[in-house]
Amino acid sequence: MGEQFSVQEWVKREYRYGFVTEIAEEVFPPGLDEEVIRRLSARKEEPEFMLEWRLAAFRLWQQMKEPHWARAVYPPIDYQAISYFAAPKMGKDRPKSLAEVDPKLLETYERLGVPLHERARLAGVAVDAVFDSVSVATTYREKLAEQGIIFCSFSEAVRDHPELVHRYLGSVVPPGDNFFAALNAAVFSDGSFVYVPKGVRCPLELSTYFRINANETGQFERTLIIADEGSYVSYLEGCTAPMRDENQLHAAVVELIALEGAEIKYSTVQNWYPGDAEGRGGIYNFVTKRGECRGAGSKISWIQVEVGSAITWKYPSCVLRGEGSVGEFYSVAVGNHRQQIDSGTKMIHIGKGTRSTIISKGISAGRAQNSYRGLVKVLPSAEGARNYTQCDSLLIGSRCGAHTYPTIEVANPTAVVEHEATTSKIAEDQIFYLQQRGLSPEDAVNLVVNGFCKEVFNNLPMEFAVEVEALMQVTLEGAVG
Amino acid sequence: MSEEIVLEIKGLAAAIEGKRILQGVDLRVRAGTVHAIMGPNGSGKSTLCQVLAGRAGYEVTAEFARFLGRDLLPMAPEERAREGLLLSFQYPVEIPGVKNVYLLKAAYNALRRARGEQEADAFEFMTLVREKLRAMRMDESFLHRAVNSGFSGGEKKRNEVLQMLILEPKLALFDEVDSGLDIDALRVVAEGINALRAPDRAIVLVTHYRRLLDYVPPDVVHVFHEGRIVRSGDRSLVETLESQGYQWVVEEVAG
Ligand SMILES: Nc1ncnc2c1ncn2[C@@H]1O[C@H](COP(=O)(O)OP(=O)(O)O)[C@@H](O)[C@H]1O
Ligand SMILES: [Mg+2]
Repeated sequence: MGEQFSVQEWVKREYRYGFVTEIAEEVFPPGLDEEVIRRLSARKEEPEFMLEWRLAAFRLWQQMKEPHWARAVYPPIDYQAISYFAAPKMGKDRPKSLAEVDPKLLETYERLGVPLHERARLAGVAVDAVFDSVSVATTYREKLAEQGIIFCSFSEAVRDHPELVHRYLGSVVPPGDNFFAALNAAVFSDGSFVYVPKGVRCPLELSTYFRINANETGQFERTLIIADEGSYVSYLEGCTAPMRDENQLHAAVVELIALEGAEIKYSTVQNWYPGDAEGRGGIYNFVTKRGECRGAGSKISWIQVEVGSAITWKYPSCVLRGEGSVGEFYSVAVGNHRQQIDSGTKMIHIGKGTRSTIISKGISAGRAQNSYRGLVKVLPSAEGARNYTQCDSLLIGSRCGAHTYPTIEVANPTAVVEHEATTSKIAEDQIFYLQQRGLSPEDAVNLVVNGFCKEVFNNLPMEFAVEVEALMQVTLEGAVG
Repeated sequence: MSEEIVLEIKGLAAAIEGKRILQGVDLRVRAGTVHAIMGPNGSGKSTLCQVLAGRAGYEVTAEFARFLGRDLLPMAPEERAREGLLLSFQYPVEIPGVKNVYLLKAAYNALRRARGEQEADAFEFMTLVREKLRAMRMDESFLHRAVNSGFSGGEKKRNEVLQMLILEPKLALFDEVDSGLDIDALRVVAEGINALRAPDRAIVLVTHYRRLLDYVPPDVVHVFHEGRIVRSGDRSLVETLESQGYQWVVEEVAG
């Protein structure tokens, strides 16, 4: 008989970014105490307020317990066995120009498809390249500076724009928000910082590419984006890591602030190493992302494509404070092998006439467990608030699981909250039907998966839509209709 | 009439879960002809169609089975489709989330690539699709609905014929394309099938009613019973079946 369609084959895709860069790195010995934090802060030549902020966070963290309400199982994490700082050796200062950046680093980003060279740069995209604990290069910064846009590493922001950092840091995700956010606040080493001035529409996509390279280190980066009144910015983050048999912790914090009439679009293509087929290795992706629509008529959109990590614990959320502000969450989360995903969003309606949309698409294959966890909360002040939630799960094979945990709390009777959920399965007869129309089994699965994700993909920045579809091994149908 | 033999099978047998369903089917179909296969429910007609289309899960054996001179059984389902063997399903499968137009385009381009041709550009493709939609009296909104999802029985069958018109197979197998259709829909479907008739193409209609055959007159009629073809003849066999019933034909064969 002809070839059988094999789900196993389809999900056995190789992780393409699993290489290690051989480069001399400065690595702190494992362990965490106040001394380590002082050393980290001193190493980064931070102002006093930053050190104090870190130490306060550390003291909070020591009082907190690691949360275990997510649907994920993993052995206890030994926080004293992790190294909290790793950086490629490159003299005391960050390179002033690309010419000073170690060619091995440039080559690494080249291999990852994010060339930093002037010649090869992605058109229309400015990139901040973060390698382990530090930012190694930021492209197009002069061009952005012409319009008053600040796009730099977090360390530079602390040094060059302390007043902005001081004013906004922790204002959306306070250090005591949760266990991992507190840990991040204590030890975060770098990340990206964006400020878009009043009325400016950022002409480029801003992007940070996070790369974990070093062994037995954690990655704790922090991103802060401030869109001043009437401004617009679209930001994308990508991430990959080498294939290793042990798990590595990634605990990031992202804070977004949209002032009156401003709009922030934050896209993520998360492709951390997911571990092997037996669930050995992979990144624990325990991340806190939250945006606040502080001003009237502001808007924050989260678009995420999550394909990597052994465990994902992540709920990009919107606090809709400004009157008539809008929050959006578009998510595709793909789990295969033994990946565990617990992800979703929170939409907190505070202002009058606030609106939110949640579109979540979960795909599970192999033995993956994929959970959507969401909260829609309408406070008494949120007269006329609206939410629409759609939560779809697609199962490939019979050993995986999909779960949804939606919570709705409405304290204003004028609010309208709608929730729809579906679960479907790629059935053998669907694959056969498509094969009978000339499609290979792989193309058949991709067509179904792609159709399932379309609503989310349509919201990705154009520059990345192609990459994402390739990532999902999707053959696109082309410009039709 | 062309002499080319599109499909030639001898002693085709198939079993599923240890149950023998096809008991040795002999069939030879020339290009340019229309064959009808008639038989009672449960006699194995759909199984024959599925096995010819390459569905996995059956144990299949045959003295030989050739499609356009190629050994059919080792071919994957998509290979059969690309070589020009297409099945219109008795129960077309629903694929939520995948727009009809995407499936059509993916299928059309897969077939073109298999023939070593360039993929069609969007304009060329849409022109073709619109023409065929008109032929099937289907609204363009069909293209943007998910494949077979929430389609009525009649819409599903029209959609199957539409695919045939666009994909232009060498052998078009229709499994009960007439069941569940009202008279207007039946006429449209029959017109579609007639439009497919061509000297280099063979058509096989599986049905147990004569209605469809009044619109699409077959050149050869086969009576299918308990997993094999028990009798073949010309169009007049339809009349005999109509007046005497299957049982009579079967008993006559046995006797
Ligand atoms: N997947 C299957 N497993 C077991 N028996 C089957 C399966 N498919 C069909 N059959 C049986 O095979 C016989 C022929 O079915 P089918 O080919 O659908 O007949 P027809 O199309 O002529 O009505 C029936 O008895 C049916 O119950
Ligand atoms: Mg049947």
